[in-house]
Amino acid sequence: MSEVATHTIALHGRRVVGGCAAGEALVTRQTISGWGGIDERDGTIIERRHELRGQSFSGRVLVFPGAKGSSGWSAYFHMTRLNGVAPAAMIFTRMTTKVALGAVVTRAPAITDLDQDPFAVIATGDWVLVDADRGVVEVTKR
Amino acid sequence: MRLTDHEKAMLDGSHGAAKARAMDLLLRYGEALGAERLVETNNVAGAFNASTPSVRALVAKGFDAVYSELNLDSTEVVEVPRMAVNTCQLITGIDNAKWRIQGISDDLAEQQKRGEAFFGRRGVNMHATCTPYQVGNVPVKGEHCAWMESSAVVYCNSVLGARTNTEGKESTGAAALTGRIPYWGFHLDLNRRATHLVEVGIPVEDIMDWGLLGYWLGEIVQDEIPVLTGALVNPALIKLKHFGAAASSSGGVEMYHLPGTTPEARSVEEAFGGRPIADTLRYGSAERRRAYENLNCASERKIDFVMLGCPHNSIEQVWLIASLLEGRRIHSDTALWVHTPRALRDTAERNGYVRMIEEAGGVVMSDTCPAISRHLPKGVRTVATDSAKQAHYLPAITGVAAWFGSVRDCVEAAIAGTWNGTLQ
Repeated sequence: MSEVATHTIALHGRRVVGGCAAGEALVTRQTISGWGGIDERDGTIIERRHELRGQSFSGRVLVFPGAKGSSGWSAYFHMTRLNGVAPAAMIFTRMTTKVALGAVVTRAPAITDLDQDPFAVIATGDWVLVDADRGVVEVTKR
Repeated sequence: MRLTDHEKAMLDGSHGAAKARAMDLLLRYGEALGAERLVETNNVAGAFNASTPSVRALVAKGFDAVYSELNLDSTEVVEVPRMAVNTCQLITGIDNAKWRIQGISDDLAEQQKRGEAFFGRRGVNMHATCTPYQVGNVPVKGEHCAWMESSAVVYCNSVLGARTNTEGKESTGAAALTGRIPYWGFHLDLNRRATHLVEVGIPVEDIMDWGLLGYWLGEIVQDEIPVLTGALVNPALIKLKHFGAAASSSGGVEMYHLPGTTPEARSVEEAFGGRPIADTLRYGSAERRRAYENLNCASERKIDFVMLGCPHNSIEQVWLIASLLEGRRIHSDTALWVHTPRALRDTAERNGYVRMIEEAGGVVMSDTCPAISRHLPKGVRTVATDSAKQAHYLPAITGVAAWFGSVRDCVEAAIAGTWNGTLQ
């Protein structure tokens, strides 16, 4: 038997948008701007002083505190869906109208109000399953 | 969510497919928020224009398809009826008269005009500005609104005492057809009270200083609600317009209190309304300098482009620029664009301000701005602007480097072709 046993942690929260999806985590403790903060054509963060600048959330589970900046937040995440570069799922900690509407129109499973601090548990590169219908996040550490 | 009988009837299609799709979105959105119900609104400010190349494929299917997808999040194409409530268009990507100077193709300008014709006759008032409160849409204290545009939202909540969350393109599209928006966040008394006390230790008087204070503050408090005390001198419309835009760019400030000035707090105590003080922040010379340095990312002093008027300039700001430019000539390698709502541009033209700016070599634009349009004069590498918001966003969106300073610094840069602005 391999000693590199996979270690899975479960977190429980509230469904924001239903559905179930899995992917590699992309984690930031910094809030994200939609309009003016992301490139809707490839899903990269473009904000000048953002720690994820140049990285793409396309197909990944985006773990972030929430939204900031322009009211174009939802429209730009909406366009990432139309362009096929939306996140696979979203996990966030701070509810606002921007992030709620953005998650709804991105139509990716989304969860908030988790019983553990997602930033303490999830690191970029971990494999994360978001089952929003059951309100469960399963994290497989890498 | 609890729905009224009328809302249920809209949802089940009794009032047509468009209202049913609108209610479906409001329901999904309200449940995502955790809202218990909707609230009636008769004041919607949204984005109904079709002015970017990325919507061309949708436009080819017709403007019903544009509205269905982008304003209702509906894959099903529904026929767009008249707006149910007062609705206006915010800023667009194209100046309907000067699109060629922007470098926008005739067919894209034509597309925007066709969109305006379609939505205009359905009741979308084409104010075409980020500052609807400058051109006649001034909600009263306590009025429930559904507004987009972060700089307008913070003005609406803080300065006017009307109530709106930062809505988006889809929620305003749904609100315009139903007169409903989730009853959540800033619609409730409890959520309008201050969280952070900000002691401003240096005088904040001119418009540039209001921008620096806002830019510093937003980055720290993010979307919390600050109450500010100190020497906040003569907080007029143009200063609060700039302050709020800066604070909502570096962070997500949607409401603040200035006791004695804003309508919901006569004192610091009233601003908090019994809520505990989460943190006390102090703003002094070091904080002011840090905000200035964060905004100024350029190193090249040669200026290719000067952008003035974000949020859109008031008439007295246009007058100040015209006065500073009168009898002078903008450098031949530098472009200067001034942005103001079209209704105010008419006044500026009538007054001769437009001519004064044009005689110096500048351009007066309406309907748009470079950050929204993503169009700057060709070949621009370095921009100077008097807007903290524009200095924050333009480098990220268009890849240019930016200098931020006072309107005087910017006008002098346009004339000299080089940046000599400093923090006094």
